Amino acid sequence: MNYFELFSFSPSFDVDTALLAHRYRDLQKAVHPDKFAHSTEQNKRLAVQRTAQINDGFQTLKNPVSRAEHLLALKGIELSHESTTVKDTPFLMQQMQWRESLEDIRDSAAPDDLIDELNQCFIDYSQSIISRLAILLESDQPQDWHQAADHIRKLKFMVKLQDELSRAEDALFDDE
Amino acid sequence: MAYSEKVIDHYENPRNVGSFDKNDPSVVTGMVGAPACGDVMKLQLRINDDGIIEDAKFKTYGCGSAIASSSLVTEWVKGKSVEQALTIKNTDIAEELALPPVKIHCSILAEDAIKAALDEYKSKIS
Repeated sequence: MNYFELFSFSPSFDVDTALLAHRYRDLQKAVHPDKFAHSTEQNKRLAVQRTAQINDGFQTLKNPVSRAEHLLALKGIELSHESTTVKDTPFLMQQMQWRESLEDIRDSAAPDDLIDELNQCFIDYSQSIISRLAILLESDQPQDWHQAADHIRKLKFMVKLQDELSRAEDALFDDE
Repeated sequence: MAYSEKVIDHYENPRNVGSFDKNDPSVVTGMVGAPACGDVMKLQLRINDDGIIEDAKFKTYGCGSAIASSSLVTEWVKGKSVEQALTIKNTDIAEELALPPVKIHCSILAEDAIKAALDEYKSKIS
């Protein structure tokens, strides 16, 4: 399934998300159950399937990480997260250091400042990966696509850090 | 998801947590990460002149299975030669800890951590 085609976009990392949301609503309307109230069972079933595809496609294209993964899958590159190990030592050292900082939030004298500081670090770092990823994905060289795959893997670690930061923030709020 | 008793034991009483001085010439470090869950694992080995792993320490940010897998390998590698340590397979770790299929990547991570540390050892002695 090519979700770019489903939403009438050319396959590119650069997607206008406002236009995506607009087309999503239009597509949803076209397969709304009300339209199939008097239809055959088969058509009703097809409409339900189509709705699921449209929802999956919207979620996939809306999020930059899954959009990039989908784009690479269409180019024939599967990321196989379950069996791939990242071995970039400087990157992983930085990850460890940030995980340690997250642990420090609890005992920090000014936890809100530390949270803000880390949040900004994570956003900046993620943004720099996304910028490089965008360039690599526009390339027509397969070696660039494999490098793009490495950048997507790194983004998964940044998503995890953001989750952990939200969790630390929630824990802080619960204690108050 | 239910963890096996062995996973819980390693998780609650992790063996050999910590770090060695990375400036110690007999210490090598393996850093690995699993993109599936964002787990990060550091395994350090102290290897003597005869190529025997004298001591091991780890630090892992991850789920119970990732912590248990790294804790287990620090126990397993101690006293082994570099060649023997390289024969430890993720399937051995998964079997020992009774990891469910969705946690197999934790055992792969631990095996790759040993390999990464011993890659550094090999480049050091060559």
